[in-house]
Amino acid sequence: MNWRRFLLIGTPYFWLLAFFLVPFGIVLRLALSDAAIAIPPYTPVLDLSEGWRGLRDMVAAWDFENFQWLLDDDLYYIAYLSSLKIAALSTLLTLLVAFPLAYGMARAPEHWRPALMMAVILPFWSSFLIRVYAWIGILSNEGYLNNTLIALGFIESPIRMLNTDFAVYIGIVYTYLPFAVLPIYATLDKLDTSLLEAAEDLGCSRISAFWLIVLPLSRPGLIAGGFLVFIPVVGEFIIPSILGGPDTLMIGRVLWDEFFSNRDWPVASAVAIVLLLLLIIPIVLFQRAQERVREAEQ
Amino acid sequence: MTRTLLLATAATFTALAASADEVRVYNWSDYIDEALLEKFEAETGIDLIYDVFDSNELLETKMLAGSSGYDVVVPTGSFLSRQITAGAFQPLDMGQLSNAGNLWDVIKDRTAIYDPGNAYSINYMWGTTGIATNTGKVQEALGADAPVDSLALLFEPGNIEKLAECGVHILDAPTELFPAMLAYMGEDPNSHDPDLIKAAAERLMEIRPYVTKFHSSEYINALANGEICAAIGWSGDVLQARDRAAEAENGVEIAYFAPKEGALMWFDQMAIPADAPNPEAAHTFLNFIMDAQNMADASNYVYYANGNLASQPLLEEDVIGDTAIYPDEATLENLYTVTAYPPKVQRVVTREWTRVKTGR
Repeated sequence: MNWRRFLLIGTPYFWLLAFFLVPFGIVLRLALSDAAIAIPPYTPVLDLSEGWRGLRDMVAAWDFENFQWLLDDDLYYIAYLSSLKIAALSTLLTLLVAFPLAYGMARAPEHWRPALMMAVILPFWSSFLIRVYAWIGILSNEGYLNNTLIALGFIESPIRMLNTDFAVYIGIVYTYLPFAVLPIYATLDKLDTSLLEAAEDLGCSRISAFWLIVLPLSRPGLIAGGFLVFIPVVGEFIIPSILGGPDTLMIGRVLWDEFFSNRDWPVASAVAIVLLLLLIIPIVLFQRAQERVREAEQ
Repeated sequence: MTRTLLLATAATFTALAASADEVRVYNWSDYIDEALLEKFEAETGIDLIYDVFDSNELLETKMLAGSSGYDVVVPTGSFLSRQITAGAFQPLDMGQLSNAGNLWDVIKDRTAIYDPGNAYSINYMWGTTGIATNTGKVQEALGADAPVDSLALLFEPGNIEKLAECGVHILDAPTELFPAMLAYMGEDPNSHDPDLIKAAAERLMEIRPYVTKFHSSEYINALANGEICAAIGWSGDVLQARDRAAEAENGVEIAYFAPKEGALMWFDQMAIPADAPNPEAAHTFLNFIMDAQNMADASNYVYYANGNLASQPLLEEDVIGDTAIYPDEATLENLYTVTAYPPKVQRVVTREWTRVKTGR
């Protein structure tokens, strides 16, 4: 029954081929092409009627010009760096907010937990776009936050919050919070509380027990949550374009501009490929960390 | 994210299932009286699927990608001409457009620059790109003699700096902003000279620190709510903001000015994609729009001038009589048009625009 084994092993590879390698191949092929005013807006296009010669002509016209273009212009390099910076900082902030939340959930009485879990997941039931838009109403000059602060007498004129990096960080932390809370909660939930009792019996204060036991044991959750936030935020486009200002430079926006404003699909594809290469490093690190957890559990 | 993806997939599947009695129209946001859409369905029995966009660039991407699934789209003149070159549209069948006689020659002569012989498109609306102000806030910041009818209001760092605190939006439309800056500099607004475009970008760089946002549709609400005190925007959009503010009775007073240095005159043209699923229904829709009463209703609602001569007696006095919408002879002289940039220049234009928007 060899074919069954083959099927078993083959299926994941098939998915990988269908949903990663094929799209990647299409994007790579675009990145090697040139922009044109035509449908579709790039050249060379595979001429199937020419058969093999069509394919050879297409391959012969490919070049790395677009990658050279990315290197020659410091816009892209700065945008990549700025995306990484925003992603790193917002991941840190998200974890800082998520940890106490998850800790509180894990320490709550058993019968409360499903309700608390629900409260974390519930926002997902409304549209992502609407949740981000809602922050416009809160953060704008005439918004709830400024009006409340003015009414309470803390400030005299509104502080500009909307269309700044500050608003982008708020938007990211808010929308990605559940991605960090859930894995941290999962590890804290499994935490053996007898370890804490033992620590207390041995004269360890509650605070140092937290630092010495809870934090190290929740590391897998923190790592998983961190990567789950960091990786998508690097390519984030919607939040910076709705809440960010002209100064918020992120690679997702640059990519959008290349694709839509410049209708330069080849350069946009080259940007996407470089972004993917940049993200492979954290993704591989994430996989490694996950594997280590699995091994430790066995 | 997942939700957006799901919606997109759903949209693709429904596009595949387009049936014979459906017409899919892709028009600018806030650009029609929705009662007209219902009227069309009631009169013709054709299901109308109406979808909106807020930038020519977005529309062009869909057109050039092909198989957009739309039957009628509304690009602006200079974009239309490039898309015609790319083969994105099909010639109109005049036999199916019995209302074509209602069109206005004055506008047809001008749109023929983009669409020779008006073979591929009909004019929907036209307007100008100019200055929007929140009268009270601008006076507060710059005094009673603020140069509201001049681009100097926003293109001189000394002026816009004082407006920055109350907020300034600028259209995210390089093909309109570079011509405006060139007009202000006393150069030819339709210049395709990369050096001049770079010089204009340099001047725009000086004012960018004071711009709250570069966006092409948010300014309507932002003006109406008093969120911002000035903008560079499209005439009818600004007038819609004026009316929304008046309806809300929030004390905000919005005004529109075609700048005295010259204002861009643009034309939004309805055309039928080459691969439209239902070209016959598309013609029915165009014919419906060209009906004098329907076109008048549309203009009365969105405050843009149209290219339909027969609709003019049916327009309300605050539309046909407003020189911000239907300019008088003197203003008309001061309006300029622009043509599409060739590909090499286009790359300079977009790169310089990114530099203006991001400061890098």
